[in-house]
Amino acid sequence: MKRTIVFVLVLLTAAGCTSIKPWVSPYERNNLADPIMSFDRDPVAGTYLDHVYESRTGARGAEGGAGGGCGCS
Amino acid sequence: MHAVQRAEQGAVVAVARVLRRFALLVLLPGIAQAAILPEDRADVMYHDYDGGGLQVSGPSILVRKGFQDRVSVWANYYEDMISSASIDVVSTGSPYKETRREYSGGIDFLSGKTIMGAAYIRSEENDYIANTARFGISQDFFGDLSTLSISYGRGWDDVMKNGDPTFDDHKHRQDWRVDLSQILTPNLVLNFGYEGISDEGYLHDPYRSARYLDPSSAKGYSYETEVTPHTKMSDAWAIRAMYFLPYRASARFEYRMVFPVVGSYYYSDTWGVDAWNVELGYVQPISNGLTIDLRYRYYTQTASDFYSDLYPRQNSQNFLSRDKELSPFSSNTVGMGLTYQLPANFAPFFKRAEMSLFADYIMFTYDDFRDVMKGGTVGDEPMYKMDSTVLRAFVSFWY
Repeated sequence: MKRTIVFVLVLLTAAGCTSIKPWVSPYERNNLADPIMSFDRDPVAGTYLDHVYESRTGARGAEGGAGGGCGCS
Repeated sequence: MHAVQRAEQGAVVAVARVLRRFALLVLLPGIAQAAILPEDRADVMYHDYDGGGLQVSGPSILVRKGFQDRVSVWANYYEDMISSASIDVVSTGSPYKETRREYSGGIDFLSGKTIMGAAYIRSEENDYIANTARFGISQDFFGDLSTLSISYGRGWDDVMKNGDPTFDDHKHRQDWRVDLSQILTPNLVLNFGYEGISDEGYLHDPYRSARYLDPSSAKGYSYETEVTPHTKMSDAWAIRAMYFLPYRASARFEYRMVFPVVGSYYYSDTWGVDAWNVELGYVQPISNGLTIDLRYRYYTQTASDFYSDLYPRQNSQNFLSRDKELSPFSSNTVGMGLTYQLPANFAPFFKRAEMSLFADYIMFTYDDFRDVMKGGTVGDEPMYKMDSTVLRAFVSFWY
């Protein structure tokens, strides 16, 4: 598990060292800022449904849609 | 209380354990979305789950308030009122009722493009008390196209058993979560999620029983106490995409898989459940402040290594479980939601107010969990099936 986390972090660090520039400007993010684009528009309701799914199954983890990642509101 | 009636109570305990973890994952929205603190918002929800003879309902109230755009605090109260006459209860005991109450709170700090969050949650019921702490950090980078969130949670649970005042055991929980959100185009955002979970201690259910062949019994079978390993580790990965359609609607896709990590603290084996699900969602605003949500979800899993619907004899192996959540099965879910934004003059004290009603219908098909209530040759009873309805009705206020 810890190896996986380290691997992901190394991968992300490597990606950050490339010369690729941000390609979506802040003024192009109107659609992304729309509430309907949120992975978790209503946190309490979304949490509850994820909880129902997980409590009825043997699997667990990585539920929900954390991270809209827009930063443009 | 009848010994076996508590089997389903154990299932409800498991439900409660899950919710405790979820609450901390989701009630940390500051961790989920960096550089901007969550909006000041209050939600009052009534939830109801009804399926397979189990009904769980109650309120959930969440309030969040920010200060000077640098700090945001939140508090949540959640309650489960449980009434159970499920397959486990009717086959091995009698119906029962109980209540679980949960209190949680947290704080988020914003500094530049970084948000740091902390939260604490306490859950109480008559035979299970859980305390959990969680910490997280989230950072925007790459021109704010990317958001990386990392969080860590740790829990300490006290496990008790109704009818046995001498029973007192413990469970320790840890989880690590990494989320990366990436804007790909002006209309498309991706999210990659990973979560590793490690549980240690008393993990099996003090009330649940396993079934074994017993020629000396009139029914041909008897029950024995469930026994599971004392550790459990799992990895889960998910990828999600959200696309903005040209006519102001959004389409959502999710693929998620869950599998155990090889190796654990005390055992070289694992619980062995492999699972994956796919989900499609669609959100369509229509006229007069109405928004419609539609979704479909398919889920499937394999059985744990030690699961069996019917063991050949008593104590036939070191680990025993007839928990249907550890059996092989699949489910299909269809859901619909309706949100109505109230007119501005209806709630003048708030920036915005909404009313929402969501309904989901889940159809479970079990491949190796037999319905003993329907009778038949032992080990050849019909497979169990269950349909559940999930309702969420809530009002939301922004201020």
